[in-house]
Amino acid sequence: MSKTLFDKVWDSHVVKHIENGPDVLFIDRHLVHEVTSPVAFLGLKNRGIKVLYPERTFATADHNTPTRNQHLPVKDPLSANQLKALEENANAHNIPYWGLGHKKNGIVHVIGPENGITVPGATIVCGDSHTSTHGAFGAIAFGIGTSEVEMVLSTQCIMQPKPKRMRINVNGELNKAVTPKDVALFIISQLTTSGATGYFVEYAGDVFTNMSMEGRMTVCNLSIEMGARGGMIAPDETTFDYIKGREYTPKGSDWDTAMEYWETLYSDEDAVFDKELTFEANEIEPMITFGTNPGMGMAISNNIPLAESIDGAVATFKKSLEYMDYNEGEAMVGKPIDFVFLGSCTNGRIEDFRAFASIVKGRKKADNVTAWLVPGSHKVEEAIKEEGILDILEEAGFELREPGCSACLAMNDDKIPAGKYAVSTSNRNFEGRQGPGARTLLASPLVAAAAAVTGKVTDPRELMQEEALV
Amino acid sequence: MAYDKFNILKSTAVPMPIENVDTDQIIPARFLKATERKGFGDNLFRDWRYNSDGTPKENFVLNNPIYSGKILVGGKNFGSGSSREHAAWAVYDYGFRCVVSSFFADIFRGNCLNIGVLPVQVSPAFLDKIFTAIEADPNTELEVNLPEQKITILATGESESFEINEYKKQNMLNGFDDIDYLLNIKNNIEEFAGNTPL
Repeated sequence: MSKTLFDKVWDSHVVKHIENGPDVLFIDRHLVHEVTSPVAFLGLKNRGIKVLYPERTFATADHNTPTRNQHLPVKDPLSANQLKALEENANAHNIPYWGLGHKKNGIVHVIGPENGITVPGATIVCGDSHTSTHGAFGAIAFGIGTSEVEMVLSTQCIMQPKPKRMRINVNGELNKAVTPKDVALFIISQLTTSGATGYFVEYAGDVFTNMSMEGRMTVCNLSIEMGARGGMIAPDETTFDYIKGREYTPKGSDWDTAMEYWETLYSDEDAVFDKELTFEANEIEPMITFGTNPGMGMAISNNIPLAESIDGAVATFKKSLEYMDYNEGEAMVGKPIDFVFLGSCTNGRIEDFRAFASIVKGRKKADNVTAWLVPGSHKVEEAIKEEGILDILEEAGFELREPGCSACLAMNDDKIPAGKYAVSTSNRNFEGRQGPGARTLLASPLVAAAAAVTGKVTDPRELMQEEALV
Repeated sequence: MAYDKFNILKSTAVPMPIENVDTDQIIPARFLKATERKGFGDNLFRDWRYNSDGTPKENFVLNNPIYSGKILVGGKNFGSGSSREHAAWAVYDYGFRCVVSSFFADIFRGNCLNIGVLPVQVSPAFLDKIFTAIEADPNTELEVNLPEQKITILATGESESFEINEYKKQNMLNGFDDIDYLLNIKNNIEEFAGNTPL
């Protein structure tokens, strides 16, 4: 019987199917961080059991860590306590732990792929909704709650009903200045934040075939923002080239065996999806959000929609604009901003820093802008230095911080002050997400860079055009 | 962690007719620093409930004494965003045992079921009826009958059935959790793992 990519991976991991109930799904690789794991470890302690397969779990500190002076003790006692708990739990259960200062430390969804923990055809979970990132490699990867973290630690399984299948095709060639982030924000704006709830999405078509692994990770990362359980892309040469030789990927004859399996990982031609959507690449422009959920995005050159044109509750829409202190019908271009955040598991990889640098090169940071540039990992940080990007950034008046989740969720000191506007390359513009009262405009690294040097919302194509003329 | 059994819940309800309530609103990230599961109810809807100086925001429904009960009624797409189970813990710890909405985000729904909060998905029309009934009389009681999978507005007698898979239903009725189940089939799991290279 013909199967989708998703079916192939899911079905091969079902330990047991329960009639009128969930599947018992075996988890190949499990990532843990300090925030959603301590109560799970406590559960194991209370039950008097150990982690069943510690070699399948990897721990890093990222959500709650400072992005400056990581060599010093963490000042916030609650954060310090949580970090200490993770270290102790990892040590007690023989789980590899890459804490603050470790050369492999970084955001969990950046270091997984970087170190070859993420491979095609695997099931990967983490107590974090952006685990969908790893789907870029043709893995089934999704976020879980702490009860499920405890299940994986104790039994290497979770119990979930099988989601429905959706395929989203984007065909053709992307316009200038349109990045993977824009593709994702465009799709979410079309589907809304609940449009893919109950589904696992496969991304297909020219745009994804031609996309780098970094770009695919950005797209899959944002799958959760339209409600999807996860998103995935069939592995191909781009995928295999990326993972080959990384620390945890198979070597020698194991690689050949793995490749035999990985090369079967695609949706069969006549495989059936519960829902299929197709978009044309040339419909997509650089995007920006204007509201308080990631579905409230639009082409940067458009005006904020009118409440009457909204498909959904008008009161919720108006509440959102009120929070942002924006009015319906206004243009976004030209709106003043206060902060720029480049980073997160969505856009904290080397390609994102290259894109940001391409705009700020030869320009200066606007005086009214505070910019937080936070690499996704130490490896990204190293690459930024090696490629000379750091010099470009510093010359333009920017400073590079140390890796972590940072202002994406503002658990650490990197909080956008109340009422201030931040153009952020992260994933959520919810009320208070980047700090109590903070106002977030989600965008690509190019849009963020354009805002950083002009001090206002600016179409990056304008700055790129200037260059073309020079 | 095992939880209280859920059978029939009869209670007044707290209305929150807002769509896309995300888990960052239910509990903001800065309150996720605990290493034990306690005290999260105090910070449920923290930034909607309190001003920055800690004083209550009077117009927020949880601060309005006319609304109370063990049932929270939310708008469409309740619980979207972050996977933090702390959101479900906060809902439970505050005293809610059931959340009603016309649509739930996946992870939040799963988290609720795993800790003993029953997510009840009703039609948009029935959700409107509930909001209308509570608006007319904040003392309106709802009855959530898990064995019969039925929710009733007691004042009007209007009811609707809701879905829950049989496995989860039995767990909720008996206060079992998934780890109990998984530990019982550990042999199957170990055999499966033996055939699954890292």
